[in-house]
Amino acid sequence: MSVHAQAVPVGGPLLTRPFKWLLAIAGLGGVLLLWRFLAGLGPVTGLNDGYAWGIWIAFDVVTGTALGCGGYAVAILVYILNKGQYHPLVRPAVLTSALGYSMAGFAIIVDVGRYWWIYRIPLRFWQWNLNSALLEVALCVMAYVIVLWLELSPAFMEKWKEEAPLPLLKSLSQTFYPIINKLMVFIVALGLLLPTMHQSSLGTVMLLAGHKLHALWNTPLIPLLFLVSVIAMGYAVVVLEGSLAAHFFHRRKETEMLGRLSGVMVGVLALFLVLRLVDLVVRGALGALFTAGWLSFFFWVETALYVAPLVMLASRERRMDGVCQFRAAVLMLLAGAVYRFNSYLVGFNPGEGFSYFPTVPEMFITFGIVALEIILYIVIVKRFPILAGAPQKA
Amino acid sequence: MTVDRRTALKALAGVGAAAAAGSAVSVEARERRTAPPDAIGMLYDATLCIGCKTCVVACKEANGLPPDWDRDRLYDAPKDLSAVTKNIIKLYHEGDKLSYVKRQCMHCIDPGCVGACMIGALQKREHGVVTWDGDRCIGCRYCQIACPFEVPKFEWNTPIPHIVKCEMCKNRPGKPFQPACCDVCPRGAVIAGKYPDLLAEAHRRLAENPGRYEPKVYGEHDGGGTQVLYLSKAGIPFGSLGLPDLGEKPVPETAQKIQHGVYQGFIAPAVLYVILGAVIWRNRKSAAGEEAKP
Repeated sequence: MSVHAQAVPVGGPLLTRPFKWLLAIAGLGGVLLLWRFLAGLGPVTGLNDGYAWGIWIAFDVVTGTALGCGGYAVAILVYILNKGQYHPLVRPAVLTSALGYSMAGFAIIVDVGRYWWIYRIPLRFWQWNLNSALLEVALCVMAYVIVLWLELSPAFMEKWKEEAPLPLLKSLSQTFYPIINKLMVFIVALGLLLPTMHQSSLGTVMLLAGHKLHALWNTPLIPLLFLVSVIAMGYAVVVLEGSLAAHFFHRRKETEMLGRLSGVMVGVLALFLVLRLVDLVVRGALGALFTAGWLSFFFWVETALYVAPLVMLASRERRMDGVCQFRAAVLMLLAGAVYRFNSYLVGFNPGEGFSYFPTVPEMFITFGIVALEIILYIVIVKRFPILAGAPQKA
Repeated sequence: MTVDRRTALKALAGVGAAAAAGSAVSVEARERRTAPPDAIGMLYDATLCIGCKTCVVACKEANGLPPDWDRDRLYDAPKDLSAVTKNIIKLYHEGDKLSYVKRQCMHCIDPGCVGACMIGALQKREHGVVTWDGDRCIGCRYCQIACPFEVPKFEWNTPIPHIVKCEMCKNRPGKPFQPACCDVCPRGAVIAGKYPDLLAEAHRRLAENPGRYEPKVYGEHDGGGTQVLYLSKAGIPFGSLGLPDLGEKPVPETAQKIQHGVYQGFIAPAVLYVILGAVIWRNRKSAAGEEAKP
């Protein structure tokens, strides 16, 4: 049960051809950002007074942090359900989470109009509006970014305590490595509490849209639905990351471990679908499944994306098939993403006279942020002990 | 191990319960708010308005707002509320019936924007007027998502944007809180005053001339009540004037019930944290113990 495969840096050169492409995309995003900060949001984005939030919120923040819940999902498994055999998944999952959440935080700075006052949100506690779900999201996300990097910090210090670019870094690492390991219980517990709070609140946020959010998505259950769906997304990210790391960095395939994880996902997906259906029945919104035009269509796309991986993973045999795992994970991520897009954009209608579609620069700023995230991931796994070592006898 | 699992499942059940509680607390009543004692407001009577737009001009003057040009840059011709137009007259029609309607902030009694705003940039301040404090606003635009009347506007074309909305002329030189639109209306179609007086006046008009009006004062209860009240011509429902049917529930009510239910005294999160910490601690110890075994 305690086969903790040693994590080791992947090594190898950084400046590969795909890496240079990523740098170019991130660079383009940087130039566009300069434009956004000089000209304001209007000229760069498709946003308007009706659709005040666009893809930077619906994708970068709401979907991005959900994709960043791999660390959350694996931590529940390893630390709460005590499945120590999944331990090799923890560091890579926490790394993607730390990057996902940091990038979401960055996207918020890009999106808000008066970013220079952001620091006042955590500091001016006497002005907090405790009724605001968004305040809770903001505080939790800020805290969680710190928690995630702390959770990951042993990976950096393991390296730096042996050799560091700065002598100070080396001595700091040597001092803090044992301390942080002792405090890890409190940090990990916080790392479980915070996403439980803010991932549900991300759903609560849209309740204030009131009559502007269509009945297919506007439900008092929205916090619970967001929470359940984020767990499925978290696991899917772990499956995906495990498969991709095995492919690109020639790590050991964790097919069997991921297969058992997929079994958990079946239950989570089923729970989501049952909650969704019961809620629609109770609220008498079933009619809208067929009568709301293209909103009904998007509902069915979303639901199909939830049902498909459930069916694919239902049989034990196929759960153990790496390709099937991968496909199901992709569908689950899409399902969660579409559910979030539906709740924040598609199902949101501020009234006649308003329309929104992201502009090309707006999309490229998002691409740039994602590219930066991948760049950092590559650099960190190549230089620091994140991924479990190459095949070895346990 | 079995004990650990049981504890673990309990902890997870706790997570679920906290979330479920969030959805279930709607039973708990949240006190409905009433207008503050010094509340002021406006009463707009669509049967009196002739669409002269004097109020639009006066609003721009009083608030120092630039024109919203038409295509030829000849007229200040705003089509809707915007970052340069806090007050507008629109023409709506229901079949062959026409009606003007004046739109500006409704100064809700329990406003969605105020419920949304993270550190109180938008608040009901003096006289229950919803005003904006640039010292607190980070420009997140949640107020725009939360307003059922599409009132708060954002300055999209500047790197240093403000939120723009009617503040009942709170800074009008020499005449603070005396809305310019009400001062200039040649027909008395929009009047300002103390909120209870306006409500009484609206009902007086309805009672005196029932055939003339839709039988309702919009804003008396809608969306929890608004400090700006509307009367509409008979046969023209308020929905056709762009005033949505919100029911009597204040916009922030459901979300706040959930937030309050889950985070009451911050007890649920604190308890959850302790449980999570205890389970992790225990699992860690047992894992370490097993590792120590040969």
